Formats: sequence, structure tokens, C-alpha cells
Amino acid sequence: MTTATLENAPAGAPAAAPFDARAEGQRLFSDWYAALADAPARGQPVANVFVMGNAVEILRTFDFQLVFPEINSLQTGVRKASEEYIRVSEDYGMSPDVCSYVKADVGLILKEQHHPAGQIPKADIAIASNMCSTFIKWAEIWERMLNTPAFVLDLPGQRGGNWQVRPGDAQHAADARWVEAQFRDLIEKCERITGKRFDMDRLAEVEDRVNRMVYHWNNVMQLNRVCPAPYNAMLDGLTYIGIMNVYRGTTEGVEFMRRLEDEIRGKVARGEGRVAQERFRLLFSGTPCYVSMRRLIELFETWGGVFAYSDYLTFAAGGMDAGELVYDTSRPLESLAEITALAAQRGLSNQFFAHERLAQQVRDYDVDGIVFHGIKSCRFVSSGMADTRDYLNRRLQVPSLYIESDLIDPRYWSDAQIKNRVDAFFESLHQQGGGAPLAPKTVAAEAGRAA
Amino acid sequence: MKYVAGVDVGSTQTKAVILDENRAIVGRALLDMETSMVTVAQDAFEAALATAGIAQDAVQYVAGTGYGRYKVTFGNEQVTEISCHARGAVMLFPGTRTVIDIGGQDTKAIRVKPDGQVGDFTMNDKCAAGTGRFLGAASYALEVPLSELGPLALKSQNPVRITTTCTVFAESEIISHLAKGMLPEDVLMGVHQAITSRCVSLARRVGIESEVTFTGGVSRNTAVVQLIERAVGMKVNVSPDAHFCGALGAALFAHDRAFAAAAPPEPVAA
Repeated sequence: MTTATLENAPAGAPAAAPFDARAEGQRLFSDWYAALADAPARGQPVANVFVMGNAVEILRTFDFQLVFPEINSLQTGVRKASEEYIRVSEDYGMSPDVCSYVKADVGLILKEQHHPAGQIPKADIAIASNMCSTFIKWAEIWERMLNTPAFVLDLPGQRGGNWQVRPGDAQHAADARWVEAQFRDLIEKCERITGKRFDMDRLAEVEDRVNRMVYHWNNVMQLNRVCPAPYNAMLDGLTYIGIMNVYRGTTEGVEFMRRLEDEIRGKVARGEGRVAQERFRLLFSGTPCYVSMRRLIELFETWGGVFAYSDYLTFAAGGMDAGELVYDTSRPLESLAEITALAAQRGLSNQFFAHERLAQQVRDYDVDGIVFHGIKSCRFVSSGMADTRDYLNRRLQVPSLYIESDLIDPRYWSDAQIKNRVDAFFESLHQQGGGAPLAPKTVAAEAGRAA
Repeated sequence: MKYVAGVDVGSTQTKAVILDENRAIVGRALLDMETSMVTVAQDAFEAALATAGIAQDAVQYVAGTGYGRYKVTFGNEQVTEISCHARGAVMLFPGTRTVIDIGGQDTKAIRVKPDGQVGDFTMNDKCAAGTGRFLGAASYALEVPLSELGPLALKSQNPVRITTTCTVFAESEIISHLAKGMLPEDVLMGVHQAITSRCVSLARRVGIESEVTFTGGVSRNTAVVQLIERAVGMKVNVSPDAHFCGALGAALFAHDRAFAAAAPPEPVAA
């Protein structure tokens, strides 16, 4: 490991100005959208990438302006404009059953790339992978509608029951070689598109910055193990993960994460919680309903329920999901391949091991229950939830709630139905003896674990 | 004597129950839904008071439940129908471990823990197939009153298979079967089998444990009761008050507040 100086700012450094993660996150997002709109004028090459399995580190060395179509789509939801884009794509012929992210993006194309946040440039290359089967079809849509060439990574997934690839396995080594060969092809393509030579030192620099972001990211997540939880994983956490993805491997990203960790450490030290009176600690499993996330959080926080953790912050963090996934910057390309193969394998086998993972996270974050959120327009991401819920509820007596809506399609949000389920869930937690204000657990031990 | 009340404002009907201090049901009322939920809630409450022969000021505490629970504007508290149906079912049948409730547009399955608390629940989502609406559509298409659907279906010798999962399309499928010369009882039995299959599937998700108590308006349908018993492989509890189970549960929560000084599980920042 060569990124050895990950820790906090050196002693004696001047006190930083007050940091407001939310405001700073919004500023960074505005800057990013402004950069997207200006990319053609700058003559900067543009790449479409997905959040998972995207080779961003390589693209950064070529100075690609990165477009995240998933984030563009979810942003139409956050900005309450998704239905307009989805309807345009359905008028065009897309089925109501198709992924709402895809439909919002097709709507965007049909509206000549005009997004509520600004103009989205057409990409010179799109990186897709088998991390989600829809990614490949989505890239084919760009090929047909925008003439954007696609580069599809084949990332090895689950190949046996109850077995996962682990670092150092012969299988992992073989997978990494397979992925590395594809990266070398990608590098050649990038050289042709940009006219630049690949620079291995720059890759190491990008990876070093990713390592620093991951270090702070893991600390930020661990700091929410204390009671009261300093942030809501499914509200504040969504801003954090957005920065993790969009600014991955950049100096701005490192600085945001470093200051975020400092801010949250301060809240923990002061005993500041996300909600005034934390009564229930919860874990959110699944993908957010971006179009109604504030409302959903309100339904829970009204009862004093806060999401201390969400597995979304793990699997949607672009493979930067565990402390052990640290790039070895002394051999950047090989390390990138190794970690990409490992992260991909975990992502692809996620649903087969969700019960064990969630059981551990229930203990780690000391939660009172789990909320599963199924997605109407993506059955894949919702698969396995029923079995996992059954296991946790019956075998481990972990209370759980299943609700269903969509990523960004507001037509699947039924407020009365969801409120009914949420209220019933809290009533049952209350009947089971929960609901008294939780005793503070400022726990030096917890804070110390993250330090 | 002091009293409490529960008012269940559902999608198609509103039910009210009055309990005395000993938790005995002394009044009940059932009204069809009107345009104004507030009015129908008040009307049902007053009708239940009339059957109990008591004045409104004798009622110490009122709990509202059902989708229209916040329209019980004269109520002291709102409780979801999930908690209420479980509570009511356990009072009617103390051995209850599974509740199947089929109402006008909701079907729910509730696993009840040995201590009578809700262990888990699941409900139909985004779709009214498998609810009372499905039978309502059949009633309309076949021009058979709701109360006669069950007995007629039980005469079936050769049930047809209803393949659609959509309440709206079910109506056209029924008409199509009739046009092909199928007997109304055979078509109806197919409808009953479809609704039963849906609700038992929901119940299996929470785990079916004996005793099973069937609540809600559809519990009055004898064919659905028989089909559920066949599907779950055991006798199912059905009370003459099963239709009032949600209101009964609400009244029991009201009783807790009025006489046992139990604090309601209030939201902290409503």
C-alpha cells in the first residue's frame, strides 16, 4: 500500500472555516453541471459512465469530462421533473415496465439533451458493463440515438452457490488478469479519442485521491454508529454518495470528504443528532425513491426514526465500499483491475449474501429494524428482498418493513399506502417496547473505532 | 358506565364499534362510503351510539383507523388498521397467530406473536386484485348481489380459470367466459379462486401459523372462507363481528388509553 498519509490534516494546521456539507455538496453539483454544459466549448472529450464498473480512474487520466446518466436521471426526480422526461420516452414507445432511469434518459435525448440542471453534452465514448444487464442495453440506445460508441466491460460475477471470490484466490487473480486486459484495450481507445498518451503516473495520482476519499468515506459511515446518529444515511448520505461518485479521484472530492468527516466528528463530539429525539435507529436496504425521498424520510423522522445506515451507500459507491479496497499505487493498473474485479464480484453476488451482510450491519449500527424498498421499474435490484426479510425477521427477530415505489417515477408513489405501512411499522415497534428516547451512545469506543 | 369507541373509515364502508369498560361490544354500525369521509365517520359513530343507547358524552375516548382515520375529526387518536385488525382478531379469537383481512381495496396478512403483538405484516401493493374490489367487479358483471356471490360460487362443478390479475380486466374476462357459454357459478368460482390465491400468497409471505383468523367484509363470503381453509389446510376463525374487526381493534386501543392509562405511540413531530 502506498497511500500512507491518509489521516487527518497535520497538527498545527489552521482551523478550517465552518463547513456545511449540504451547501457544499450542492455547490459541487452545480459546478459539475456547469462543467458538463461547457465541455464542448472547451473541446474536452466526454465519457458516459455508470456508477458501478466504470473505469473512472483511467478516464480521469485522459481528462474526460464524465457524465453519469444515472445521476442525471435521478436528478430529474430530485427536481420533480422526472415524470415529464419519462412520459416523453413513453410517447416515443418505451414500455412502462422499463427502468425509469433509462426512460428519463431517453426523454432527455428526445429533448435534445436539455436537463433541468443544464445542457448535457453528447459523449465521445460510453463505458458500460454487466454490473446491471440494463447498462448494456442503455449503451446500445446511445449508440443508436447519439452515435456514441460503447465500450462494454465484462466483469466476472457469481459462479457458484455460497461462495465468493476473495483477495488472493487463484480465481481472483484470473479475474483480475481478464479485467486488466480489457482496461488495456480501453486505454488504446482513449488514446485514439483524445490523442493523448496514457500516463501511468497520473493513474497512480488519481488512485491515491480515490484512496483518500474512501478512507474518509468509511470513517463517515462508521461515525453513524453512535447514538444519536449525526446524519440520516438516506438523506444526507445521498448527497455524500453523489460527491463520492461524481468527484471520485479529484482533489475537490478528497477535500469534501475530509471536511465532511471533520464536520461529523464535531457533531458526534457535541452529541448532535440528525433528529431532535432519536427513538428508533433503522437500516434502509435497497435503492432510494429519489422523487419522494424527502417525504419518505419525513414519514420516518416524524416517529423519531433515523436511518443510521443504508446498504445503498455501499453498493452504489462505485466499488469503494470497504476499507480493504485500497489501491496499490505502486502498480496502478494491476491494482485497479484487482479491485474492480473484486468489487464487481461483490456487487453481482450481493443478493445471494444479503442476509449475512445485513445481519452484521444490524449489529454494527445497533438498529431496531430494517426497511426494504422495492423498485417497481427494476425487479432485479429488488430480487431477494423477500427471502432476506424472511431470514432476518424469523430467524433473527429483526423487525422489518417492505415498501415499494420507484427510483424516480412519481406514478408509483402512493402516499396513503406508504404512510399506512410506515405508521403500522412504528406502532408494532412501539408495542414491542421500543419508542422511548434512546440513551445517548456517544461512545468513545464507537468514535474511536472510526478514528 | 363509561364507554370508548373505534371508527374504521375504509375505502368502501365505515364501521364503528362502542365498547363498555369491560370491553363488551355494546354498539356497532356499518355505513357505505359517502363523498365526505368526515360526515360518514360521524354518521357511523352516531349510529353506533344509537344501537348502544348511549349519548356521545358518555364516550371517553375515540380512536380512528382505516385509510380515512385522519377524517375521524372527533377522535382522540389514529391507529393503523394493521394494528387494529390484529388487536381485534386476538380479542375475538385469543389463539390467533395469523390474520387474513380482505377489505374493499386492501388485503393484508398479519403474523401475530404469542403475546398478541404484530410480528410482521404484508399488504397488496398498487393493485386491487385479490381484494373485495375483485368480487365487486364480478358482482357488477354478473349482476349478482355481493351477498349471493359465495353461495352461487359453491354450486360450481367445473370452475373456469381467471387468468387476468387486473380487477378492471377481470370484468371483461368474466363477460368473455359468459359469452362462451360458461355457467355463472363456474365463472364465479374462478373469481373466488383467483382472489383466494392472491391473499393466501400474501399470508405465506409472513408465514401461516395456527390459528388463522379471517377478518374484513369479505369474510362474510362463505366460498372465500372455504377456499382459504382448503389452501391453508386448517379451519379458519370467522366471527360474526369479523367485518367490524378494525373498528373493534381501534376501540380496544381507545380502551387502553381511557382505562389503562397506556400512552399512545405518538409521533414526536407530527
